[in-house]
Amino acid sequence: MILSFFFKRAVQDILDNKVLNAITIFTITLSILIIGAFTLFFINTNDLMGAWEKNIRIMAYLKPTTPESGIQETEKKLKKITGVYNVRFISKKEALNRLKNQLKRQSSLLEDLNANPLPDAFEISLITQPRVWEKIENIARLVESIPSIDEVEYGQRWIEQFTNIFYLFKLTGYAMGGMFLMAAVLIIANTIRLVIYSRRSEIEIMRIVGATDSFIKAPFYIEGIIQGAFGSILGITILFLIFKYIFSNIAGEFSTHFFYIRFLPFAISGCTVVGGMFLGWFGSYLSLRQFLKL
Amino acid sequence: MIQEPHKAAIIQMFHVHKYYGSKNALVDITLDISKNEFVFISGPSGAGKTTLLKLLYLGECVSEGQILLDGMNLSRISRRQIPFLRRKFGLIFQDYKLIPTKTVFDNIALVLEVTGKKSRLIQKKVKSVLRTVGMEARLNSFPPSLSGGEQQRIAVARAVVGDPKIILADEPTGNLDADSATIIFDLFKEFHARGTTIIIATHDKELIRKSGNRSIYLKKGCLQSSSTL
Repeated sequence: MILSFFFKRAVQDILDNKVLNAITIFTITLSILIIGAFTLFFINTNDLMGAWEKNIRIMAYLKPTTPESGIQETEKKLKKITGVYNVRFISKKEALNRLKNQLKRQSSLLEDLNANPLPDAFEISLITQPRVWEKIENIARLVESIPSIDEVEYGQRWIEQFTNIFYLFKLTGYAMGGMFLMAAVLIIANTIRLVIYSRRSEIEIMRIVGATDSFIKAPFYIEGIIQGAFGSILGITILFLIFKYIFSNIAGEFSTHFFYIRFLPFAISGCTVVGGMFLGWFGSYLSLRQFLKL
Repeated sequence: MIQEPHKAAIIQMFHVHKYYGSKNALVDITLDISKNEFVFISGPSGAGKTTLLKLLYLGECVSEGQILLDGMNLSRISRRQIPFLRRKFGLIFQDYKLIPTKTVFDNIALVLEVTGKKSRLIQKKVKSVLRTVGMEARLNSFPPSLSGGEQQRIAVARAVVGDPKIILADEPTGNLDADSATIIFDLFKEFHARGTTIIIATHDKELIRKSGNRSIYLKKGCLQSSSTL
């Protein structure tokens, strides 16, 4: 009953002060748009890193002289190494077939070979874990120390460097996101302060007729929450439209069978709207706290 | 110090001082105002009339001294209680202090809304008080579309709709022509007859003389006299 009274007042106040309210909603929209774009980028980069980490493999090539029994023994040793998820033996014959398949039309090049030049090998997949890139080198060293192993290869060494850059980027992103959020709160608080300032005589009159602070504040809080909801829904919608527009053409080129670019999941979109509502409320709270002290 | 004995005082001021920095706005004021009294606070501009009214509704706090209002010591009132104290008053100002973006009805209804009254009762009371001040036809008008006299009548309606014990009016006829001033003044007399205490700050000596009520005269923040002209 009381809430519906305040809600009606808040809606009426928004309609009475359309321009200033539109500015506040626009500020919130812009903030959500930028924070949303950041989140979108991080979610997708995280997905990409995750997909790479899942597909990470170490190839261990055996010395040509390794006997059949040595192969089995090596496999046992490899499986004992911490961090190793699975070990798969690839015989030289299988490796040659794979190569032929990959070369397709050029496979005739291999027909002149008298003997199979490829070594027997083990394909080692690793347990997915955070910062797997730092551990891969240790695992590779352990694999290399097995006497029957000739050579170890984990071709994605560049990913390791990329990951480091990504971690740094992520940290910078968090810091920037945090700073941007603070800036957004301040901008929103200031815009709401303008609204409150333009209505200071109304607030003064309310106090004169015996309105309690909560009676004065409640409609402003509700206004803040409504502005936050509108602003963030608008922000997310615009972000979605931009996302659709950009990726409807080029998403295919970026996506592979193990990774596809996606929009903010529903839960995060929902959280953003709730966050926007909080932002609106908090802006009102900051402004009113200062204003009503006077 | 001049002080008149009153049977049932609604306001008692004891050695009240008010300073703004080094400026003394009120100096050692001691006076009583009794229930259902009609009293003027007069004096030249800057005498402290407005300050005295502000101290009563806690628009300002006293610097020294005590004020008892309807049994409450104003120095002991917490910030949270101030709105409830203000509901004892109907306040009227020279510049009307109406909300220009709200209708006449909404401006008056605000007083009852802050006390949480039901909307049906609010409708009934606002319409009744608008009839009393002769403005029922302007229910849905906005204040800027009304004349000064009409706006002040709305302000009076707002001041009395909550059935206050005391009406405080600060230069209520200062911006009005003689006819409008008479209408406003007659309204005060009507509410006084119904039992409300009326306190009017004015420098209009003619108004005081015609009314024949007690006048508290201030000069440079000091109480000069309290008498019936």
